[in-house]
Amino acid sequence: MSDLEPVIGVEIHVQLSTRTKMFCGCAPSFGDAPNTHTCPVCLAHPGVLPVVNGEAVRRALIIGLALGCEIAPRSIFHRKNYFYPDLPKAYQISQFDIPICGRGEFTAIREDGSELKVGITRAHLEEDAAKLTHGGGRRAGADGSVVDFNRGGTPLVEIVTEPDLRSAADTAIFLRQLRQTLLFLGVSDCSMEEGSMRADANVSVRPVGSQTLGVKTELKNMNSFRFLERGVEAEIARQREIIASGGHVQQETVHYEPDTGHITSLRSKEESHDYRYFPEPDLVPVAPDPAWVEQLRTEQPELPIPLRRRLVDEMGLTQEDAEVITGSPELVAYFMEAAGLADPKSCANWIRGELRAQLRELGQEPWESNVTPAHVAALVGLLAEGTVSVPAAKEVLAGVIETGDDPATVVEARGLGQMDAGDLSAIIAEIVNANPDQAQQLRDGKDKVMGFFVGQTMKRTGGRAEPQAVQALVRAAVLGE
Amino acid sequence: MIDDTTVRHVARLARLRLDDAEEQVMREELSGILEHIDAIRAMDLDGVPPTTHVIELENVLRADEPRPGLSQEDALREARAVVDGSFEVPRMD
Repeated sequence: MSDLEPVIGVEIHVQLSTRTKMFCGCAPSFGDAPNTHTCPVCLAHPGVLPVVNGEAVRRALIIGLALGCEIAPRSIFHRKNYFYPDLPKAYQISQFDIPICGRGEFTAIREDGSELKVGITRAHLEEDAAKLTHGGGRRAGADGSVVDFNRGGTPLVEIVTEPDLRSAADTAIFLRQLRQTLLFLGVSDCSMEEGSMRADANVSVRPVGSQTLGVKTELKNMNSFRFLERGVEAEIARQREIIASGGHVQQETVHYEPDTGHITSLRSKEESHDYRYFPEPDLVPVAPDPAWVEQLRTEQPELPIPLRRRLVDEMGLTQEDAEVITGSPELVAYFMEAAGLADPKSCANWIRGELRAQLRELGQEPWESNVTPAHVAALVGLLAEGTVSVPAAKEVLAGVIETGDDPATVVEARGLGQMDAGDLSAIIAEIVNANPDQAQQLRDGKDKVMGFFVGQTMKRTGGRAEPQAVQALVRAAVLGE
Repeated sequence: MIDDTTVRHVARLARLRLDDAEEQVMREELSGILEHIDAIRAMDLDGVPPTTHVIELENVLRADEPRPGLSQEDALREARAVVDGSFEVPRMD
């Protein structure tokens, strides 16, 4: 049998962090008491009329521009009809054939630096459904589901991709970097846990080289990228197996159980896909002024993907450095300030490594800590000119975190300056003399014992020596090298 | 004339229960509507832009400013059943 390749497309729902809902003035909320953010519009009382939130339109345009989408000169809303208790009107106001953002393309970067291009089919505006909790009822024998309308009517942008992805790993890379871009745009919290970003994957397999698509299944609502990646992996494996054993994949909605790693089929709602879309008569078209769109285009911040390229190509960072540094807009700003004052690659090493490691214990982010970007640059400078050793620099950093003093002051106050070579040689000579057995081992070629000498020296000097220099001096003392 | 299956399908989507007589009435009325649409489709409409509204308005947008809504008590006032500040509905999963 010929080899099979997976074909994957995703649909991403992004809750916009606007102050009010999509079609009414209620504030959306997460975690408040149920049904405390509602009004006659989002509860669908008779006779009410929706009014479009202009800020949601602005944010949809910002997203569309970042994804290189064609912006529709005139887009309209549609009603998507279905009955479900989380939808009080029995239709969702969405967009159908004329979405606000049309075709675009997003380029992600894999770890090896290669590009992952994903076509964007569309990005459209719609309203979120209410929160339905199953089995939350209490009436004797009823044990019903309960509905909280706080979330109902929250603005959503739904981004739909072309079936351009070919592996679970690529799917996760694309989603992570898309999320990063959305965070940089400041349009959404993009919290998978809280559901402000949700992703569904359409998965199918086909013989390599085939141009037609296989029967797809829809993997629903994963709440973490890790689970999504594993879920897609499991679904690809399941489909391969079905085809290998001569079967046919059924078009259905499936669910991944993270605990067991199993794929289960969700009961397909009868006729659920007959949504009978028709133009929303209560809303007039949205026709964004081209001058407005141009303005939004020019105001766009530098996005993480081009920024990553710049960090690697122009500032000498590795792909991995660049990925960490572009983790959040705050970290980028922090790094950029430090990198303007000292060697960017060294700044990146210290920020992503020791600084974040030490701050993690305090539960702080670099930009929230006592350590300013200028401090990082100063520390890198002290290292470069040989004023402090690497181990001492870590202690200096700890001191800055504690006090907020600049690194030079900490070096002075704590006596962390590098020892001069003569003093260091004397100390090493003492240690070698005091440990003849270990010295013999080193002469016998047992290099592992070097760690012992370095450790002893660090202990004696309080970390004020460079381990590499120590090694050279130990060799000189023991082996006469 | 549309067939009975189509009428029943549309009725089911709209959560309507129709008896045989009602089904027959619906079949005739829906067919009438579709015939009217067929009449429009038969016309030469090249160059006529599709309109979704009779009024030529665009961009009726609202500023993103919160307004007070309903209290929880008022929101739930018409609910058939309430549990812990939420609407209770038949079990859906």
